[in-house]
Amino acid sequence: MSTDGSDAPRRPKLAVWKFASCDGCQLSLLDCEDELLDVVGAVEIAYFLEATRATVPGPYDVSLVEGSITTAHDLKRLQKIRRQSKVLVTIGACATSGGIQALKSMADTEDYIRAVYARPDFIKTLDTSTPIAHHVPVDVELRGCPIDRGQLLHVLTALIQGRQPRLPNYSQCVECKRAGTVCVMVAKGEPCLGPVTQAGCGNLCPRVGRGCYGCFGPAEGVNTRALAGHLRAGPAQGGSGLDGPATRHLFHTFNANAPGFREEGQRHG
Amino acid sequence: MTGEAHQHSGMTNGAAPGLVCLTDDGLAALFAVLREAGCEVIGPTVRDGAIVLAPLTSVDDLPRGWRDRQDAGHYRLAPGTGPARFAHAVPAQGWKRFVHPPEARLWTARRDSDGDLSIEGPEAPPAPRAFLGVRPCDLAALGVLDGVFADPGAAHHDPAYALRRRDALVIAVSCGKPAASCFCAAMGTGPAAGDTGADVALTELVEGDRAVYLARAGSPAGAALLEAVPHTPATDDHHTARRAQADAAAAAQVRALPEAASRILADATEHAHWADVAARCLACGSCTLSCPTCFCATVEDSTSLDGATATRTRRWSSCFTEVFSYIHGGAVREERGARYRQWITHKLSSWHAQFGTSGCVGCGRCITWCPVGIDITAEVAALAADRPIRNRRAPARLRPQHTGPRRRKDDPPA
Ligand code: SF4
Ligand code: SF4
Ligand code: SF4
Ligand code: SF4
Repeated sequence: MSTDGSDAPRRPKLAVWKFASCDGCQLSLLDCEDELLDVVGAVEIAYFLEATRATVPGPYDVSLVEGSITTAHDLKRLQKIRRQSKVLVTIGACATSGGIQALKSMADTEDYIRAVYARPDFIKTLDTSTPIAHHVPVDVELRGCPIDRGQLLHVLTALIQGRQPRLPNYSQCVECKRAGTVCVMVAKGEPCLGPVTQAGCGNLCPRVGRGCYGCFGPAEGVNTRALAGHLRAGPAQGGSGLDGPATRHLFHTFNANAPGFREEGQRHG
Repeated sequence: MTGEAHQHSGMTNGAAPGLVCLTDDGLAALFAVLREAGCEVIGPTVRDGAIVLAPLTSVDDLPRGWRDRQDAGHYRLAPGTGPARFAHAVPAQGWKRFVHPPEARLWTARRDSDGDLSIEGPEAPPAPRAFLGVRPCDLAALGVLDGVFADPGAAHHDPAYALRRRDALVIAVSCGKPAASCFCAAMGTGPAAGDTGADVALTELVEGDRAVYLARAGSPAGAALLEAVPHTPATDDHHTARRAQADAAAAAQVRALPEAASRILADATEHAHWADVAARCLACGSCTLSCPTCFCATVEDSTSLDGATATRTRRWSSCFTEVFSYIHGGAVREERGARYRQWITHKLSSWHAQFGTSGCVGCGRCITWCPVGIDITAEVAALAADRPIRNRRAPARLRPQHTGPRRRKDDPPA
């Protein structure tokens, strides 16, 4: 897309927003070292505090939203961002499922606050940590803790070129088999959430011999109960011999609040 | 081996000359001849706790002494001390990744600054390769894939596949130690490599503390290769030992598919058993992607950020994914049971009508590499017996009843 000449198409305005999160996902954008200059050439970075303090007012063509909603104030801010954004893309496990902080949705928030803060009365927070899509319509969802920068570039490219992004919703096992990775569950008895986890990370964990811990959240059509039953079965039955708490911990990490993972974890006290 | 002879390799079946015997040194010499001819040699080797197929640099890379144990959802390797290099059953992957790669560029289009388009076709075929240690079931699987892709008249003819096949010299090795997951004997594809399909067919025999290799050429290229390495004629004892090994390996197999499998599946389109499968199956796709004959792929387009380059890429897909049956308005096969039915019915039944053979060669990979140990032979038996089966691994207490975030039509009641 050319940027010189007055009749050249306008560069799309990109904004990057942050809610309750660790910043890791937005940093994936800065991590696109080889492609960063191309990205900056193709879009106008209108709002991205991690990269520059200079900001341009909305409306924005594309908003990348990181983080979950944990305060009433954040909810208002999100609604304003949605009104100003043509396309809203959620990035990362926090934005797409509520993140690891969603564990608080299953506990007593007051207890946590008293345990952590010297002055609990200063803290104003909701009892839940919820994904962006619970509050406003989301156009594209990028999973992962953190997101995969290849997928981020793919989505930005598709949006700039006016194409539909193509993100897989099938299992991590598909990536394992394409890569020729030896299945850690079958060959080592390692617990692996890959069969119920959405592909897209590029097969990071099984490739280095460890089970997937589900940071991309549930795949489409998952059968968490069958997998959990198998993980809990003893080695003599071909399982991994996990006990209840270990099984719950496996499902209740970065995507503890994701449909499927939430209920499965809760079944294993 | 001459360049000319090599051109006839892979898919040509010449007359089968006599059986000859190679020593350990003969096998090493064979390897050296292949390397000198510029062949990349691909074969079984140990990696990440399994026997995998990968480029080899010498016969020392072969899994000497290693034994594998394979069963439903279970694979373990055990080191041994024996001299045998092929005392294992099928490796974790089939050969399809070398002839029908998991990811292949179909074309790239470039628009230059004047707006002119130039188009580049598929990636160039790799340098000639030798597939060493192809198990008989996998040899049959290459034949099945040939029926799909290599025939110039076929509906799915793939010229890039045909080139990769033409340039691959196939050295099959009969199986002496089948795994519990194997059922090639029932499918008529093993455990002994037949006289056709391979350029060279080997049988490994252990004689005391050394291994010898009985070899038979199946093509002019194979004959030229054997000519180029030191060998002696096989003795009567060799012939006897070879037959005995094949008989024992067939007798050792514990799984089978009935001959009527095709009919059983054709009659089972509406069957209560699919709900039983749906409760156990993860729809992960490991079975299809491990299967040496499952060929399904999807085609994906991508562009560069500036839109000047567009690439179309083909990637392995699976009938266990939702997108696989996605047409305007939604997926045809939403339920896991429907996806399993689609897979097993195509494999064992409609494949016959489509390609004139079964889509299953009895390698057992779908059984071994299913993370929860779903067993194609047990499912056919259950369909034939008209009753649901029990999960063979999970104890009844943990057996899945119904699962997943969404309730599915074909799940049994919770
Ligand atoms: S390692 Fe995990 S993700 Fe990979 S195939 Fe096995 S179960 Fe699936
Ligand atoms: S393998 Fe699983 S846990 Fe590891 S990066 Fe990928 S999705 Fe995340
Ligand atoms: S269906 Fe299973 S046993 Fe048959 S060829 Fe495929 S992976 Fe092997
Ligand atoms: S049968 Fe096994 S390997 Fe195949 S999709 Fe179902 S769970 Fe995965």
